[in-house]
Amino acid sequence: MKRLIGFMAAVLMSSVSLAQEVAPDVLVRNVTSEVLDILRKDKEIQSGSTKKAVELVEVKVLPHFNFQRMTAQAVGKAWRQASPAQQSALAEEFRTLLVRTYSNALTAYKNQTVDFKPLKMAVGETDVTVRTEIRQPGAKPIGIDYALEKNNASWKVYDVVIADVSMVTSYRDQFRQEIGNDGIDGLIKSLQAKNKAGEAVAKK
Amino acid sequence: MIVARMHVRIVLALVIAGLLGGCASSGNPRDPVEGFNRAMFAFNDGLDKAVIKPVARGYEATLPVTARNGVANFFGNIADVFIGVNNALQGKMPEAINDFGRVMVNTTLGVFGFMDVASDLGVDKHDEDFGQTFGRWGSPTGAYLVLPVFGPRNVRDTAGLAFDLAADPVGNVESVASRNVLVATRLISDRAALLPADKVIEEAALDKYSYIRDAYLQRRRNLVYDGAAPRLPDNDE
Repeated sequence: MKRLIGFMAAVLMSSVSLAQEVAPDVLVRNVTSEVLDILRKDKEIQSGSTKKAVELVEVKVLPHFNFQRMTAQAVGKAWRQASPAQQSALAEEFRTLLVRTYSNALTAYKNQTVDFKPLKMAVGETDVTVRTEIRQPGAKPIGIDYALEKNNASWKVYDVVIADVSMVTSYRDQFRQEIGNDGIDGLIKSLQAKNKAGEAVAKK
Repeated sequence: MIVARMHVRIVLALVIAGLLGGCASSGNPRDPVEGFNRAMFAFNDGLDKAVIKPVARGYEATLPVTARNGVANFFGNIADVFIGVNNALQGKMPEAINDFGRVMVNTTLGVFGFMDVASDLGVDKHDEDFGQTFGRWGSPTGAYLVLPVFGPRNVRDTAGLAFDLAADPVGNVESVASRNVLVATRLISDRAALLPADKVIEEAALDKYSYIRDAYLQRRRNLVYDGAAPRLPDNDE
């Protein structure tokens, strides 16, 4: 049920962004500010509620991501050999994994601030990187870059690069390893197992 | 200096041991000594779980955040000297001047580096070391290597590490006792700063070893380009 509500919200959100074109840097800024505002107020997330954080991510962040492309990139060459059913299973499991990881990272939020770097974008550009920086007292700023592509007049994130490490390419070798050992179904199985284990931890 | 030379010898011995071992490899061209690396990774992970992480947790629980930041800043200030030297060696003079300026400001206004006043003033910290300098000079990265205690490196960064250690003011403190205290404190301070990342890695990784290897290789590549590395093609081999 919750997933359905999340999905409906996602559809709603994406139709909103279709209606009026938002520049990629404005999009990143709006979503980030909105999420930070909620984090600052939400006591449950601050005290480590992963469930609440997942809800926040599902509603506010997910609609702006292109998981199909992210998964295809992470899987690499084998993606084209995968059947449509395998592809959607992979995308679904990868999505769950990333959402949980990202949500958990949000529960660690203390009082960091986000700086948005100015975006240099040529007219008609359809692929850009929006750079942001997380600043926290007494530590080096951490860069978070969002790679976005334009599709049907709306911008979608297809990679997040945290401290120079790409969320997507970090999985490439692991995925290739799994596929090499047990094929695409083997990879789907181990992603499912990983997600099950993660859910069990989140519940306690 | 003696410590550094010893490290170099240990590192070399291990590299040779790894190569002679003719280790099993899953065929990843960037990781030809994967068998050796995985064994070393397991050793480091065990050491971390048994000793380093619990101490870092205790350190985090005992010291208030201001004190921990002070310690991190103190070692950061010492490191800034060599970050400046490396920027100079790479011909990046404005950056080098920025780094030396940071040291001057933080050593004086920041009371021996315990406060990072320079960052508050907008003079940002950089991240440089000899491995990156060699990279700038065009040295190839070489194979991925996991060193005992020091963790992930590649051949180039292992050579860089030997220079980093030789030049490290903390490792060259005359008195053995104070040197040991300083080196240990820095290790724990660095580890404590990484504690929040543990949970994320445990959750995100299908295979922790591969995950850390790929993160390391990507990060080093980007550092050499100072964060402006060209994006790898979507379907690279």
